[in-house]
Amino acid sequence: MPDFAELWSPVRLTLILAAVTTLVLLVVATPIAWWLARSPARWKEAVAAIVALPLVLPPTVLGFYLLILLGPDGPGGWIASLGGARSLAFTFTGLVIGSVVYSLPFVVQPIRNAFEAMGDRPLEVAATLRAGPWDAFWSVAVPLARRGFLTGAVLGFAHTMGEFGVILMIGGNIPGETRVLSIAIYDYVETLRWTEAHLLAGGMVAFAFTVILAMLVLEKRIGRARP
Amino acid sequence: MTSLSDRIDARFAGTMGGFSLDVAFTAPMQGITALFGPSGSGKTTVLRAMAGLARLSGRLAVGDETWQDDAAGLRVPPHRRAVGYVFQEASLFPHLSVRRNLLYGARRAADQTPVIGFDEAVALLGLERLLERGPDRLSGGERQRVAIGRALLSAPRLLLMDEPLSALDEASRADILTTFERLHDALPIPAIYVSHDLAEVSRLADRMVMLSAGKVIAEGDVGSILERLDLEPATGRFEAGVLLTATVTGHDTGYQLTRLDLAGQPVSIPRVEVAVGERVRLRIRARDVALATRPPEGISIRNRLSGHIVEIAAAEDAPYAETLVEIPGGVRLRSRVTRESVAELGLTPGTPVFALVKTISFDGR
Repeated sequence: MPDFAELWSPVRLTLILAAVTTLVLLVVATPIAWWLARSPARWKEAVAAIVALPLVLPPTVLGFYLLILLGPDGPGGWIASLGGARSLAFTFTGLVIGSVVYSLPFVVQPIRNAFEAMGDRPLEVAATLRAGPWDAFWSVAVPLARRGFLTGAVLGFAHTMGEFGVILMIGGNIPGETRVLSIAIYDYVETLRWTEAHLLAGGMVAFAFTVILAMLVLEKRIGRARP
Repeated sequence: MTSLSDRIDARFAGTMGGFSLDVAFTAPMQGITALFGPSGSGKTTVLRAMAGLARLSGRLAVGDETWQDDAAGLRVPPHRRAVGYVFQEASLFPHLSVRRNLLYGARRAADQTPVIGFDEAVALLGLERLLERGPDRLSGGERQRVAIGRALLSAPRLLLMDEPLSALDEASRADILTTFERLHDALPIPAIYVSHDLAEVSRLADRMVMLSAGKVIAEGDVGSILERLDLEPATGRFEAGVLLTATVTGHDTGYQLTRLDLAGQPVSIPRVEVAVGERVRLRIRARDVALATRPPEGISIRNRLSGHIVEIAAAEDAPYAETLVEIPGGVRLRSRVTRESVAELGLTPGTPVFALVKTISFDGR
């Protein structure tokens, strides 16, 4: 019989990591997407390219640089020292930072596309109806871009769930702190614990299918106007 | 003479997409002023600058409020200008129902003096049955009516309309035109109406500002501008004509005609439902007026007015001459005849003529 408490721990950690990462991603990606969609600056595509780098870079390269940044001699270590710790590497906070960087393009791109598809007109209309920029952003831009937000959030969440390389580099394998699903599966396979590996891997397949199906169904519904 | 504070005073200059624009005009704080000109003349840009949506340098005062004065470094952002803006396409918020579209501006203007109440606007625009629908389930005309209501409910001091009929089919156009006529009588605020359609302008507007290639070429009452012969290139050959006011004297139910008194001379138009004694606005196009030097006989045209020629304008290289005929009572008609006719009939300023009017369009009350 597998030890279900032992199996649950990485699942729980992964869900929490993905949820926190998704929330942080929405907060970070929205202003970037807005700026990329609406700024007339010519060099904005250079910024877009930087945001998109994790799409192309091997996770180990990303993980390597993150390890340096988060380590005792990087800015992450300095931030950690404020809280009395030595480093942000091999901590849950470090994982969140790494995951945000790693999944950023998956969230920025759909939101940027949604803002671009909306065009200037709805915001101009809002302005002539006395809505200030902040008001118009929340009452018009966000609802009109909701498909983009939904897609971005689901992709960010799912991508974080499946993360492996970056976490291996910056997180290690500390139970309850950095031992996420993909690491646990790797570990079980290495130690020939096939039953546990099967349970977690099968669970991931079911989860991925459910998420994608739910997104497809939701996207259709959310596209319609509500009274 | 109106004082500075009860009119709209606009002056804008700048380059916009390759051509330079330099316009200045005034409009009263009541009634509809048309910004008229061919496409590409800068009308929409001027309207957008008035709303603060386009950046042009200059000055704009609306009544006692100054919305832009570059000399003083003042530029009020669009959301602090009390404008109602009706775009060419209705541009309703697709994620909100008709009711919530209507209330979007109204809620944000709750502390302002309203122009019109919610129920009143809904009734005036005939939106009762549409309130809970989404914009995707409205026809083009319905959408534009909602957009007009939405703009009015935001408590504007000035209504700006950018060719609100141009994206509509013929039936919706007629429908919205009627709505505008009702609005025209009910509205306590001034409106600027951008259009390139002279028929629309003559039917709705009181004053017009005529633009051509980024400059104002004429400004004044619609009637007096339409009379002018020198504006031909801008008004267009097809639509040139005059706007007149006549009084209804009776209806002929047998022939389905309405009899009118035009400065003491009788004319008839196809029957309209206007009470005897009421005044109506008529439009007579220059191409629908023929001239005769003797009273004609055996002719089907019933509307004939006697008067004399006051002005003839003809270019050497054109087949037509534009003439202005005055009939007693100060009424003036435009007529387009060939230069050959002018020569053969010996027409000169002062020649007594009969103006034969083939078509008179009823243009509203």
